[in-house]
Amino acid sequence: MSLLAVHDLSAFYGDFQALFGISLEVAEGEAVAVIGANGAGKTTFLRTLAGALPVAHGSVRFGGESVAGRPAHALVDQGIVLVPEGRKIFPSLSVQENLQIGAFRRRTGPWTLERVYRLFPILADRRDQLGTNLSGGEQQMLAIGRGLMANPRLLLVDEISLGLAPVVVKHLYEVLAGIRREGATLLVVEQDVSQVLTVADRVYCFRKGTVSLAGAPAQLSRAEISAAYFGA
Amino acid sequence: MAWLDAVVQGILLGGLYALFATGLSLIFGVMRLVNLAHGDFSILAAFLAVVAVRVLALNPLLALVVVVPVMAAGGYGLQRLVLNRLLGRGILPAVLVTFGFSVIIQNGLLQIFSADSQRLNPGGIETASLALGGGLAVGWFSLLTFALAVVLLGALQLLIGRTAVGRAFRATSDDGDTAELMGIDNHRLYGFAMALSLAIVAIAGIVLGIRTTFTFASGPDRLLFAFEAVIIGGLGSLWGTLVGGVILGVAQTVGAKLSPGWGILTGHLVFLAVLLLRPAGLFAKSRRVD
Amino acid sequence: MATRTAAVERTTRASRVGAVLGALLLGGLIALPLTGESGLMRMVVELIALLVLAQMWNLLAGYAGLVSIGQQAFLGLGGYALIVLADDLGVNAFLAVPLAGIVAAVFALLTAAIVFRFRGGYFAVGTWAVAEVYRLLVANTPALGRGTGRTLKAVFPLARETRELVTYGLALAIGVVAMAAVYFYLRSRQGVGLMAVRDSEPASESLGVDVYFTKLRVYLIAAFGTGVTGALIYLNLLRISPDAAFSINWTAYTIFIVVIGGLGTVEGPIVGSLVFFVLRELLADYGAWYMILLGVLAVVAMMRYPQGLWGLIGERWDVHVFPVRRRVRLSGPDEAANR
Repeated sequence: MSLLAVHDLSAFYGDFQALFGISLEVAEGEAVAVIGANGAGKTTFLRTLAGALPVAHGSVRFGGESVAGRPAHALVDQGIVLVPEGRKIFPSLSVQENLQIGAFRRRTGPWTLERVYRLFPILADRRDQLGTNLSGGEQQMLAIGRGLMANPRLLLVDEISLGLAPVVVKHLYEVLAGIRREGATLLVVEQDVSQVLTVADRVYCFRKGTVSLAGAPAQLSRAEISAAYFGA
Repeated sequence: MAWLDAVVQGILLGGLYALFATGLSLIFGVMRLVNLAHGDFSILAAFLAVVAVRVLALNPLLALVVVVPVMAAGGYGLQRLVLNRLLGRGILPAVLVTFGFSVIIQNGLLQIFSADSQRLNPGGIETASLALGGGLAVGWFSLLTFALAVVLLGALQLLIGRTAVGRAFRATSDDGDTAELMGIDNHRLYGFAMALSLAIVAIAGIVLGIRTTFTFASGPDRLLFAFEAVIIGGLGSLWGTLVGGVILGVAQTVGAKLSPGWGILTGHLVFLAVLLLRPAGLFAKSRRVD
Repeated sequence: MATRTAAVERTTRASRVGAVLGALLLGGLIALPLTGESGLMRMVVELIALLVLAQMWNLLAGYAGLVSIGQQAFLGLGGYALIVLADDLGVNAFLAVPLAGIVAAVFALLTAAIVFRFRGGYFAVGTWAVAEVYRLLVANTPALGRGTGRTLKAVFPLARETRELVTYGLALAIGVVAMAAVYFYLRSRQGVGLMAVRDSEPASESLGVDVYFTKLRVYLIAAFGTGVTGALIYLNLLRISPDAAFSINWTAYTIFIVVIGGLGTVEGPIVGSLVFFVLRELLADYGAWYMILLGVLAVVAMMRYPQGLWGLIGERWDVHVFPVRRRVRLSGPDEAANR
């Protein structure tokens, strides 16, 4: 049974319709990638799943329950946690406080402050500094750590490669792969196709708010992906 | 000596002003809301204390125990039922609605209690004084007020700096949308912030009512002094607000010594001077003045 | 393909009807003195004063996005300027009314230097704080009568009927000029810039609108209008004191009128003033309850009906008596698109 089942989802970004009937599934323990060009609707999709945007039409089922229309803070209770695009680290909070706020809803699970510090030792070194004093890559680690602190059942990861050097991105994806191996379920949105395919079991491609391609990376050719990404 | 006395009185008065200011800046920090009825709520609390004293035969200081929770609960309800609905509509609705509350509260108090001035009498403590030597004496109550202000500010600082709720306040103040994504229920949080703000301002109002006489129309000045203390001290800093209150208090008492009608005006002028010379306030954490 | 033409339409049928009705009303008002109803004339003067105050506040808050609760400063300054100009400087009392507006505008320039450092809610409180400063300064100035105030003596030589007639005529003139000025300002290029600033400052800046000066200009205009009205009010009342002239109640009434009538529309303040006046006459004996009712209505209006009474009417029947927008009227195959 899928953990996340999205059927015919449509959503608006203000007056502008960004999603047109998206259907998608994520099974427990899977890592699913959503790729696509700028403006394809990927971030809108994640934000809608996370409850930041309303569901205009369609259904979203999580763990068998319908969750469409629930407010964002209630979805965190369910275990749907978003690592937002652009990191969105809280400037008034220290590194440690940013991590602590991730655990605001006190969901039980394997992730604790110590465990996140073991995963990202650099954060432990900088724990009392203000969150925004970190480099881009470190902030991204902090954002991921903050998400993990909520002990998610489904971690939604939005464009972690933005603005970061390739070597940093590579490291982050190694971390994601490690989290994945420990049994986490991931839904990763990414523009950088090559990196995300190293982690994903299956990939969906979005174009102009619809799903243009779906399948396992091994079974899809470069040409197919390119066509789905940019349009034939 | 009279000058030193005025300065000391001003410092102690500043503690009270800091209490008024703190409630105002707390909700501004968390919700970007300026509650124009802020001062009127404190006077409402003072009148509630008057009622509690009459009906329950309580000492005004004990009336705090009754009035503060009532005001806190009222604040929570007000925020969730009325003010939360104005979020995201810009400042105009919030300004106008809270201004409307100010009008309603003042006229309601006038209607119920008439224009008579009121005073809360705790039975002597407010007139007892402590001799400091050199002919200088300070009222026990003024000292207690200042101490209370320091304790409350310290407690608030701890709340904001060390607890989960405090982190939630700061995160929501930084970025309300992302805070929601962390699982923070903004609506409840704002309700709690307003409850806290009204609780603090209720304490301040009752203390004021013990110190001096008040009427239904005493609210607006409290708002102005609170605002001035916040601006002088600088946004974003609790202890800055205490200093701001003290500076304002001293300006008022020294000004009154210079010429009886000039006390409050001197306070206003010092406020304007700080605004023109250091618009961000003396201890601002943020550079914005909004 | 058939050709399409587009014409920009600036009047509506309602505005044309309104223009006719307005002319009729004006005619009636001009004829009123002939009936000798001086009580009614005084009421009209008061109504016009409130209307102009409301239009000015509407211009500030509804169009420029500047929510001031300190406009009473300029009302008081205008009133006191009248006294000083007429009694102390020997200027003709009626001529002093527009001059008082200029005095108010000068003080507005000074005031803006302070309050424009704030935004949003703190701007509102800042304007109030400055108004209080003016009040206290006046109340501490012996030459201005301190707390007890002063009486306008310059008009004593005139016969009462003459004074009342000229005051009335002045009020009508001010009312007409103010409405026309607001209306044409909003229709002008500057008016469009103003509405752009209200809707989005960054966007309008990127389009070349100088946000700071646009706001300053509106602030000065509103202060001028408010100052003139203050002078008119005290020309009518003859007795001024700081607590009355600088009272926050003026702002309370103004806000009520604009919010109930319809913020951001030119017709709103007219509707609001009428409602306010009627309520005041009806509830004259109820003192504080009247103000409580005003407050409750304003709160409810802001929460549920932010477009005000006129907004409700205007939306329902798409009526614009004072159209400030430009409509594009298409002719040809797309005529159906016109609504």
